[in-house]
Amino acid sequence: MKTTKPHTGLTRRGVLKGATALGAAGLILPAGYRPARAEPQQGGTFRIGLGHGNSTDSYDPGLWDNLYAQVFAASRHNQLIEVGADGQLKPEIAESWESTDGQTWVFRIRQGVTFHSGKDVTVEDVIASLNHHRGDDSTSAVKLFFDPVQEIAADGQNVVITLDAPNGDFPYLMSDYHLAIMPGTDGRIDPTSTDGCGPYIVESFEPGVQAILTRNPNYWKADRGHFDRVEILAILDSAARLNALMTGQVDLIDQIDPATIGMLEARGVANILSIPGNAHYVFPMDSRAAPFSDNNVRLALKYAIDRQQMVDTILGGHGAVSNDNPIGPANRYFHAEMEAKTFDPDRARFYLREAGMDSLDVSLHVADAAFSGAVDAGALFAETAAQAGININLVREPNDGYWDNVWMQKPFVASYWGGRAVEDHMFTTGYATGASWNDSFWSNERFDELLVMARSEVNEDLRREMYHEMQEIVSFEGSVIIPMNNNYVMATALNVATPEQISANWNLDGFRCVERWWFT
Amino acid sequence: MRAVFVMILQRLALGVLTLFVVSVVIFGATELLPGDLASSLLGQSATPETVAALRRQLGLDQPAPVRYWAWATGVLQGDFGVSLATRRSIADMLSTRLGNTIFLALYAAALAVPLALILGILSALWRNSLFDRVANAGALSAISFPEFFIAYILIFLLAQSGVFPSMVRLSPAMSFTDKLYVTFLPALSLTLVVTAHMMRMTRAAIINLMASPYIEMARLKGVSPLRIVLRHALPNALAPIVNVVALNLAYLITGVVVVEVVFVYPGLGQLMVDSVAKRDIAVVQAIALIFAAAYVLLNLTADVLSTLTNPRLMRRK
Repeated sequence: MKTTKPHTGLTRRGVLKGATALGAAGLILPAGYRPARAEPQQGGTFRIGLGHGNSTDSYDPGLWDNLYAQVFAASRHNQLIEVGADGQLKPEIAESWESTDGQTWVFRIRQGVTFHSGKDVTVEDVIASLNHHRGDDSTSAVKLFFDPVQEIAADGQNVVITLDAPNGDFPYLMSDYHLAIMPGTDGRIDPTSTDGCGPYIVESFEPGVQAILTRNPNYWKADRGHFDRVEILAILDSAARLNALMTGQVDLIDQIDPATIGMLEARGVANILSIPGNAHYVFPMDSRAAPFSDNNVRLALKYAIDRQQMVDTILGGHGAVSNDNPIGPANRYFHAEMEAKTFDPDRARFYLREAGMDSLDVSLHVADAAFSGAVDAGALFAETAAQAGININLVREPNDGYWDNVWMQKPFVASYWGGRAVEDHMFTTGYATGASWNDSFWSNERFDELLVMARSEVNEDLRREMYHEMQEIVSFEGSVIIPMNNNYVMATALNVATPEQISANWNLDGFRCVERWWFT
Repeated sequence: MRAVFVMILQRLALGVLTLFVVSVVIFGATELLPGDLASSLLGQSATPETVAALRRQLGLDQPAPVRYWAWATGVLQGDFGVSLATRRSIADMLSTRLGNTIFLALYAAALAVPLALILGILSALWRNSLFDRVANAGALSAISFPEFFIAYILIFLLAQSGVFPSMVRLSPAMSFTDKLYVTFLPALSLTLVVTAHMMRMTRAAIINLMASPYIEMARLKGVSPLRIVLRHALPNALAPIVNVVALNLAYLITGVVVVEVVFVYPGLGQLMVDSVAKRDIAVVQAIALIFAAAYVLLNLTADVLSTLTNPRLMRRK
């Protein structure tokens, strides 16, 4: 069972399937091991075909919301802090950071880094970049990170950020992909500019079609950015994406339909990388409304779902069972010893009786906009729940407008999370009372109390205990059903090499495939 | 000739009126769509505060008639405005894609129209022969399959073996022949989709005339069957054929989004779908206007041509 297997978490477990077809004996190794590889080589044009990208994508960092925008951003920008492949924070534009009380954070800005335009990266640029996401007029998706920020000030080569309360994980927030460092003039960045201090320089960009970038010859990281050129293509149709990879028109694709993975493996023309991370698929229930206001009903539903079957059929095995836990195995304080919930119709019936019901009728609103396979997952859920006397009426909603009209509007829906590198970030955005993405409108006094306490707790063991308790509360009293953690599944051409460890915090090596990977 | 000129002017005036009505209808329809640009742009990251801030920035808090008026007066001055989503000039966004769409439409038309006419004439000439049956059955099967199915079959047969690329990547530096090569598969898919309609109309129009007394007369005089069809029947059958060709050309410009998606072709269709999904009304309006203009112009051309081929229609006025 994958449920309770203690996860080593941060090691790369990408499975190099299809390797046998290569006939290379050295590659027939257990998952997780790969032969020693040569040093990264410079050169080549790296063509990426992504199942995202709209003609409405823009350069404005506050509005990046899809994988295309994220990878394109990682190609041309740096942030203050990078999340390493091992999940640890690594200095980027901030060469170091420290805080004595968790409330005042001092980031020392690296000297000698230049933008593509040739301008030096200064403390003022960093402040302007952060302030783009702050304030009443900001339209940034991460505006809420800056709600507790009282002041962002320059002090020599340092940026000093003062919070209204201690937060030991604040640097993690500063690693968010939205917080690109861009040149500022008069304290503001130009959100329509392509200028950044990242590994590649934008040559042309046609939103929804392609972006072409060339290597930044002055990139400050000597051991990164190995390609001469990067081309990022939007290929929305999954069959077209697959064809493009198989016919050698692209070198990397994302979002492979589980049904086609076997076929791709059999052909032996590509390497499939399946990276377990913190991403998960969810079914939030509106805890304010009957019948979901009764925790017994919520528990009944949680025992009426067959998690293993979901992983096998919806994810094609490329994922793991989740125990209604938004904290994933790649997190520091993941609670692996929690009692696992398995599909148990009798137990579900028991909780229904506790709630004073013989049977239950609920409507589940789904669309594939929520996650690929959401409609099928809903049908599967309805089938298993029927065995426990729960009638799930599956309502198919249109993809168009799903996030406006269904999510957080209808009482029982499907949704997804990309996962977060740090527990506080995940809980604060999705589970704290009144949080703007608390899509189950759930509120738990003890949970809120622990959340604030853990944030400023310095004792590691106490902190772990608190986060474990919070995970138990969310799992057994929460109002979100989380059946599975989905792997990031991608496929590359055979000549694409990756580092030993691939980042699990986001898709495509934490969006950094462009600067970390190379051609053999 | 003067009558033709007057007719063209009348049709153009009517066309402008049609475009105005279309723009109002499209605007009304987009207003009815649930959600607006601000919340679509922010997607899952939308919170009431960020949505309100973005709406203010984009001017979406103005009433609908005010926004429509501002847009319409801009277009009359040749200014399509800027995209609400990307703040890029819409004229810039459209120009490349419109060029791509027209290129593909003309390419497909250059393959499909001669093919359809030749097949139609031949099957009229040899009607009920084996050739007629095979041509009809082939064309009808091609039109009966969904476009994406034809596209996938073509990819399977012609792209996976490496003969043609499955994905179209255009660049301004490309030579004309290279462009023809990389867009061959989408053009072929579209050809298969539109040929049947034109071919069947050609065949039916000619066969219809073949029963007329003047054809009988020609036959009695001993004129060869091919000459009867080309010289006596075809000119009189042109009016319905021209109309069907115009209709199919308009379809090639406006209705090819499925083929665009399968072959990753950067045309107007995909831009339209994206813009509707993101509620980028300004772009939707501009594309709808272009599509409507394509229909109006092509129908106008068809009308004029069919009038010219039939002197009786001109005399009547």
